[in-house]
Amino acid sequence: MQATNAGRPGGTPIAIVLTLSLLSILIIFPLLYVVSVSLSYDADISKHGYQLIPERVTLTAYSYLLQNPKLLLQSYFITIVVTALGTALSLLLTSSIAYVMTRKDYRYSQATTFFVFFTLLFNAGLVPSYMIMTNVLHLQDTIGALILPYGVSAWFAMLMKGFMQGLPFEIIESAKIDGATEFGIFVRMILPLSKPALATIGLFYALAFWNDWWLAMLYIQNEKLIPLQFFLNRIMTNIEFLTKNVQAGISVDLSAIPTESSRMAIAILAAGPMLFAFPFFQKYLVKGLTVGAVKG
Amino acid sequence: MSKGVRYRSALKREYKHLVSGRSLLLISLPAIIVVFIFYYLPLFGVVIAFKDINYADGIWGSAWSGLNNFKFFFNSQDAWRITRNTLLLNGVFIVVGTFCSVIVGLMMAEASRRLVKLFQTILFFPYFLSWVVVGFVTYILLNPTYGVMNKAFELFGGSAVDWYGNPSYWPLILTLTYLWKNVGYTAIIFFTGLIAIDASYYEAASIDGASRFQQIRTISIPLIAPLITMLVMLNIGRIFYSDFGMFYFIPRDAGMLYETTDVMDTYVYRSLRVVGDLGMASAASLYQAVVGLVLVLTTNLLVRKYSKDNALF
Repeated sequence: MQATNAGRPGGTPIAIVLTLSLLSILIIFPLLYVVSVSLSYDADISKHGYQLIPERVTLTAYSYLLQNPKLLLQSYFITIVVTALGTALSLLLTSSIAYVMTRKDYRYSQATTFFVFFTLLFNAGLVPSYMIMTNVLHLQDTIGALILPYGVSAWFAMLMKGFMQGLPFEIIESAKIDGATEFGIFVRMILPLSKPALATIGLFYALAFWNDWWLAMLYIQNEKLIPLQFFLNRIMTNIEFLTKNVQAGISVDLSAIPTESSRMAIAILAAGPMLFAFPFFQKYLVKGLTVGAVKG
Repeated sequence: MSKGVRYRSALKREYKHLVSGRSLLLISLPAIIVVFIFYYLPLFGVVIAFKDINYADGIWGSAWSGLNNFKFFFNSQDAWRITRNTLLLNGVFIVVGTFCSVIVGLMMAEASRRLVKLFQTILFFPYFLSWVVVGFVTYILLNPTYGVMNKAFELFGGSAVDWYGNPSYWPLILTLTYLWKNVGYTAIIFFTGLIAIDASYYEAASIDGASRFQQIRTISIPLIAPLITMLVMLNIGRIFYSDFGMFYFIPRDAGMLYETTDVMDTYVYRSLRVVGDLGMASAASLYQAVVGLVLVLTTNLLVRKYSKDNALF
């Protein structure tokens, strides 16, 4: 199947290679600028502007940021906790409800499906959700506010249901005859058989949690609970936030701070782990997309 | 049998079903509770739009205000501006985005496998960056004094442009940013659809003497048409919702640019969190939800009419 189109005889037409190369350059160059600026002296930047190749290479910005990395490490920690807990919880919730939706012999499987599907059609919008979160559930300034709202994505639940429907129903019947409980069937048979779907959807969840700033922007005031992306945004809009990295109490000379390069350095530090995870992510996501697209 | 008895026996039957299916109910219960709390509970909060909310009296204690919130919202110039921006920009994203992704997908399908891997990796990469990081990238390009674009203009004898001060550039900037981040991802979806096409179609066509272009026009495009329709339809159904991160972080929430960058989502967010005008925010929020629902249902209806298999429900 893979070999049908890709790798057609006669090699790749030169026009296509050129176009795709051009697109790739357009994508890579802006990113290289970010790296380059993070390695430049602010003095050089103010003289020459942002450059693709720094005049003089320096790690000033990084050493400045890592001098007192308390806030940065804290936001890393929050993001890692949120991503790990969030992905695990969301996968468990999503797969359990998706499984029940596939059980045709369960009287309420259709009702459950509609219950989930309806959330794709209509939602109350931001204001009521915000009021419920803050005034009724009082979840503001908790880790829960960064995790629970993404707990069950209807879209992923439907995708998971599509995958699970492909599993042979007979194994459930035979397990039942052998005396397995419903819970046992789900945990010991369905979940292991659903590994490919769990991996794909888990990666999407992990990506969503890692890159999220939206929930933090809405519900987090406490500086100890600020996740990475939101921390990044505060640095971008307010360079004074950066100076909080330096010990409190000491008055800071703002002009001595490598503001331009530090901003970009912090963007690199925030995107860094993603860079290393990317090849792994990409492989599985493409595989998952392939399964999804071919099925649909 | 009297009515009462019939109802009671029906209830009994449901109860029996519940008991026999109780393990499955239990398995799905945590997820049901989460969905209920985060999606269904807020539905009751829709009444906020019809109330004159003050925090002291809470949601239920505040006085009713009828349609006042909506009157204020629709009489302001904001309503027209954000509706126009939302529909136009998202409309452009759908048309241009789909077109470019299909082209890139087709090109990837024509490339050799080693090259595909390489390009796929590069094109897919921006999809993994958060909008905050992409905001940093556009800032590098558009910064008025140090920015790459302005330096390039100066190099060619042009003068610096104040990107963050002139709203007329922004529809184009936003479209390009959207393409930069998303085309790779959507192109891969189309690419996977393309490589799943049975090779014998192409073999037969080339025996009949069809050129590559003819093969693409008569085989590739028609066979991925359902996939294209599905994605476009999903996007049209969500056209009244925007990618908040993009509209917030790329123009850097600059008030000067609201004329062309303010959309429903940023407006509702600002009314709620920055301005604190709950009446306006809730009216706009409900307007968005209702129009969103109508659009989803209409698109689905249209697609069902045109080809039943591709409808969502």
